[in-house]
Amino acid sequence: MTVTTPDRATLAPPKDETADLHRSPWRKVRDFIRRQPLGTVGLVIVIIMFLAGALSPWIAPFDPEENDFTAMMQAPGVLHWLGTDQLGRDIFSRLVYGARTAMLVGFSAAIVGGLIGLVLGVASAYFGGWFDLVFQRVLDVLMAFPLIILALAVVAVFGTGVFNVIVAITIPLIPRCARVVRASALAVREIPYVDAARALGFSHARIVLRHMVPNVVAPFLILLSAFVGQAILAEASLSYLGLGVQEPVPAWGLMLQGGAEEYATTAPWIAVFPGLAIVMAVLGISLFGDALRDAIDPKLRDR
Amino acid sequence: MKPKTGLWAAAGLAMMAMLAVAPASAQAPKRGGTLVYMIPADAPPSFDGHRETTFATVHATAPFYSVLIRVPPDNPASTTEFVCDLCVEMPKPTDGGKTYTFKIRTDVKFHDGSKLTAKDVGDSWNRIVFPPAGTTSARVSYYEMVEKIEVPDDETVVFRLKYGTTAFLPALADPFTYIYKKEILDKDPHWYEKNIMGSGPFKFASYDVGQSIKGVRNPDYYHKGQPYLDGFEAIFADKQSVRVEAVRGDRAAMEFRGLPPSARDQLVKEAGSAVVVQDSDWNCGNIVTFNHKRKPFDDVRVRRALQLAVDQWHGAPALSKIANVRTVGGIVFPGSPLAATKAELEQMAGYWPDIEKARAEARRLLKEAGQENLKFELTNRNVDQPYKFVGTWLIGEWKKIGVNVEQKVVPTGPWFQAMRGGTFDVVVDANCQSVVNPVLDTGKFLPKKVYPESYGDYDDPKSVELYEKMTHETDPKLQRAAMRAYEIHTLDTMAHGIVTPYWYRIIVARSYVKGWKISPSHYLNQDLANIWLDK
Repeated sequence: MTVTTPDRATLAPPKDETADLHRSPWRKVRDFIRRQPLGTVGLVIVIIMFLAGALSPWIAPFDPEENDFTAMMQAPGVLHWLGTDQLGRDIFSRLVYGARTAMLVGFSAAIVGGLIGLVLGVASAYFGGWFDLVFQRVLDVLMAFPLIILALAVVAVFGTGVFNVIVAITIPLIPRCARVVRASALAVREIPYVDAARALGFSHARIVLRHMVPNVVAPFLILLSAFVGQAILAEASLSYLGLGVQEPVPAWGLMLQGGAEEYATTAPWIAVFPGLAIVMAVLGISLFGDALRDAIDPKLRDR
Repeated sequence: MKPKTGLWAAAGLAMMAMLAVAPASAQAPKRGGTLVYMIPADAPPSFDGHRETTFATVHATAPFYSVLIRVPPDNPASTTEFVCDLCVEMPKPTDGGKTYTFKIRTDVKFHDGSKLTAKDVGDSWNRIVFPPAGTTSARVSYYEMVEKIEVPDDETVVFRLKYGTTAFLPALADPFTYIYKKEILDKDPHWYEKNIMGSGPFKFASYDVGQSIKGVRNPDYYHKGQPYLDGFEAIFADKQSVRVEAVRGDRAAMEFRGLPPSARDQLVKEAGSAVVVQDSDWNCGNIVTFNHKRKPFDDVRVRRALQLAVDQWHGAPALSKIANVRTVGGIVFPGSPLAATKAELEQMAGYWPDIEKARAEARRLLKEAGQENLKFELTNRNVDQPYKFVGTWLIGEWKKIGVNVEQKVVPTGPWFQAMRGGTFDVVVDANCQSVVNPVLDTGKFLPKKVYPESYGDYDDPKSVELYEKMTHETDPKLQRAAMRAYEIHTLDTMAHGIVTPYWYRIIVARSYVKGWKISPSHYLNQDLANIWLDK
């Protein structure tokens, strides 16, 4: 019987489980770009949006709220790159400032709604019993309403305006986050270190916030990225329906509403560019969210 | 030579008569057909004309009812001419202009077959002028001059006034003053809020809430030969795009409130000669009302500064391209003899021809009042045309003097609540009237205790004094001078409000709709009796 020794060259090197941790940030970014080209496109869109919103006073060539009756409904040109609306306001400037509104509403609603949902979801899983049962039924009721319908109801109660729109979109996001996070937290609850923490006499708040919440952050982050897109879309929808941000504040949905109905045929640029901005923003966040999930989820990471 | 001249003259007259008759006979009304039109609202709040003030009610229910007098259906734009509907002839006032005696037609039947008499007319008018406890009449203030209404017999109604005034007849021609059946009102004063039964050209057929209301021809209608239509269907649709599409696709023939210029242009471009356009100045406009109970709007310098910042003369022509507004005016409808001329307007704050000078003065006033960084909330109605356009325009104008304004847009119900409850800083209010009757229409600028629909919540005895002097004046020249004094006090001295450009009414109808003429009010001439379809 001959025993053959495998050729060292054909042998795969033993996998270094900690290799990922030791990679430099630039390497990680490069790997992300290579593995997730669509996600990278999404990330670039999100970054552009973020920069446009943050730097709008320096980027926008005109005051987005200034009426100019000498330039009403001008087609895209040298002076007004994307044209002007019915009140002579520069559409490019309004889009740039509109990014600020979209980011403000999108991130505020997603982060606040997500964080509240995170804590409530983990707490529900941790306490279990009657609390969990009742809380989940409450979530069932809230989740029975589509996001936009619930947001409409909240706006009807609190009124319009940026702050109220953030509140209106935040509330429907809470149960959606809590439900997903609870599922992950149920598994975490069974891990012995939670029992150990309890045995050591730690408070419920400490166990939930310091020991359980950090262990459900991965699904939470993925959820958060999806929420930003949903919140931007909800804000645009509310503004389009006249129930969100109000004139003359630049907001994409509001710009769409002002132009789509009356000037669709005579000055289509009034509606087309804000529409494109909404599509690009939601698409970008969606692509980035998908890529983030693939990158974070260990089951999908090596596909 | 003389007979020859007469012959030629006779021949000429005959020729002219033939020419005049020829087109008229070509346009002889045709009978039949159903008029389908749009009502730009979701539903009327109730069917009761006495109670309501909205076009949603009058567009839906006017065809079912008669009124005592009205503007001439063939010349509804007239601001001085009134004709009988239920009366036999227009009365000459007696007793120094203080008594009007109306003879009522004897050939009028309600739709249930019962006879309409002067008792029904007198009872309806008594309820309009002196509403019994538990009922609401929206126009009580219009009839402040009426002392009593008497019904001496079944064919006579007598109005006795406290003083003679030119405002009485126009007020009497208000299109909401439906004549109801006394017997029904005696049993239930609220019956007409939810039910319809009149004596007008059409009988009620059906109503689907939020959908449509239908009427069929009244064969017993007392204006012989009318109505020409077999019936009508009014479809409720508050979205403008829906209404424009309906007219474009000929699912509806028209709407009676008014479309903005962009919609007119779109329909004319796409439908060509299949549609016709009628337009008119509109006895309707947005006014900016300051809440005098809230600081700093109790300070006339702040109110005046906000007035001075608005460039009416350049704003109006630009806004007229995108919104249904057009004419710059003061408190009086610009088409009226009592209205201020441009030169007179230019003397008042808010109308200065040099806008830079006006804005410099506005900044000075704000500084003097300690309000250089003024911020406030502008409450507005969630109606695009023209409320939101006007609101956005005003915010832009105020920004030019460093004032930051946030617009709060609310549905109609909360908008009224905010005004009536005084829970606003500044509001885009409206002053829409029916018959052009400046003497009464300008009551909106009086203090709330005199005119409940005035929402500024201020007390101003001088304003009341000037107004009363104007209303009691019967000499046109002196009345015009008195109106100027009242207007200058209201807009310039006290700056109680800002009158934004008056609305402009644009009606686009399918060209087969004949017989209907536009008027300066979307409340007038809505009984449809003289409309016919050239199909």
